[in-house]
Amino acid sequence: MDPVKENKPRIATVWLGGCSGCHMSFLDLDERLLELAARADIVASPIVDTKEVPEADITLVEGAVANVEHLEQIREIRAKTKILVAFGDCAVTGNVTALRNLFDVEDVLNRSYKETALPVIGVPAGNPIVPALLERVRPVHEVVPVDYFLQGCPPSADEICRFLFDLLDGKQEPAKPGRFG
Amino acid sequence: MSVKTLTIDGKMVTGAAGESIFNAAWNAGIHIPRLCHIGGLSDVGACRLCLVEIEGQPKLAASCLTPVEEGMVVRTNTPRLQAHRKLIVELLLAERNHICSVCVQNGNCELQDLAEGLGIDHVRLRYQFPRLGVDTSHERFGIDHNRCVLCTRCVRVCDEVEGAHTWDVKGRGRNSMVITDLDEPWGQSETCTSCGKCVQVCPTGALFEKGKTVAESRKDRRFLKYIVTARKEHQWIR
Repeated sequence: MDPVKENKPRIATVWLGGCSGCHMSFLDLDERLLELAARADIVASPIVDTKEVPEADITLVEGAVANVEHLEQIREIRAKTKILVAFGDCAVTGNVTALRNLFDVEDVLNRSYKETALPVIGVPAGNPIVPALLERVRPVHEVVPVDYFLQGCPPSADEICRFLFDLLDGKQEPAKPGRFG
Repeated sequence: MSVKTLTIDGKMVTGAAGESIFNAAWNAGIHIPRLCHIGGLSDVGACRLCLVEIEGQPKLAASCLTPVEEGMVVRTNTPRLQAHRKLIVELLLAERNHICSVCVQNGNCELQDLAEGLGIDHVRLRYQFPRLGVDTSHERFGIDHNRCVLCTRCVRVCDEVEGAHTWDVKGRGRNSMVITDLDEPWGQSETCTSCGKCVQVCPTGALFEKGKTVAESRKDRRFLKYIVTARKEHQWIR
C-alpha cells in the first residue's frame, strides 16, 4: 500500500434526490480535477462507481432526501464523514425535488406511474429495488447536521473548485457561493 | 423647513422634520435593508427589515415609519438587528414556495439579494409548502402567489399612482393573499387598466410578464420617480 496516498484527505461525493446537475458542474472542474486528484483521494462518487459509503474527510451531498434509501444513506454518510457539505440547492433547500411536497405521495405516484405512463404497469409497491418515497422531501440539514452549505442550482465549477481547495488548505471559512438559484 | 440633526451609526446626519430615519440614512449613504419600502410610495412597515435601534428606547423601530428627531442616536446594523433580519428573511423563504432555480426573477430578485446580503446559506425553519395558486387569466401578466412576500407594493402603486386600486389583501397572517377586485380572476377585473405598474414594483417573481422564462425578468421602476416628481414638482423631468 502506498503510504503517501494513505495520508491524503479522502473526498466522497454522493447523489441523492437531485438531477445530477451539481455533479456535472463538478465535472466541469476539467483539468483542475487532476490537481484535485493529486491533493485528495476521490473515494466514492457517481463517477467512481462505488456502491458502499466509505469513510471520508469531506463528503459533498447532492440532492434532497426524498426516499427511504436516501434516508439510510445520509445517516450512514454522516456517521462516516468528518465534513458534510450540502452540495447545491436541492441538498440545501429541497429545491425542485421538493416541489412534490405540494402534493400527496399517492397522487405523485399515480401521476407518474398511471396517469402519464405507457404502458401502465402500476405503482411499484413492496419492490425492494424501487425505494419507497418519503411523505415529504427534506433538505439534508433537516435530517442530519450539515457543516457547510454550497448554494446554487448548480454551484459553478469555479465556486466548487475554490470551496474545495479552501477546505483542503484547512481554511475554517472556505469561499462559498452566496446565492440560492 | 426645520432641520433635525441626529447620529446614525456614529455619523452626523441631517433630515427634514417629518422625514423618516430610513430616508435620512439612505441620503447619507447608510443603506438600511428593506423589502416593502420603495421610493415614491407610502410606507407601511410591513416587512420589518428596516428595524433600527434608537438609544433610550427599549423597542426596535421600523425606520421607514419613524421620523427623525433632534439628537437621536440610531444604530442600523448591530449583531442583534442582523440576527433579526436574517430570521425575517428565513421566515419569508420558509413561508411560501420560493424555488429560485425555476423562477423568472432568478438573479434579479430583491428577496434573493437580501438573503445573499445577510449571508443566509440555508433556512433553519421548516419549509411550509403551502398550496397556492397561479393566476394567469390576465392577457399580459400573471401572479404566482408562491413567490409573494406580501409587501403590498402592488396594492400601493395601483392605488396611489395608477389610482385604480385593483389590488388589495384578503385574509390574516400567513393566510393573507393579494387579490384583484373582489378576489376575482385578474383577467376579469373591471378596474385593472393593464398598466403593469404592479409587475414592475414587485420585488420578486410573484408578479411577472407573460412570455418570460427562467431568470429573464427585469423590473423597470424608472416610471415611479418620473410620475412622483411630476406630481410633486409639476414638471415632467427624468
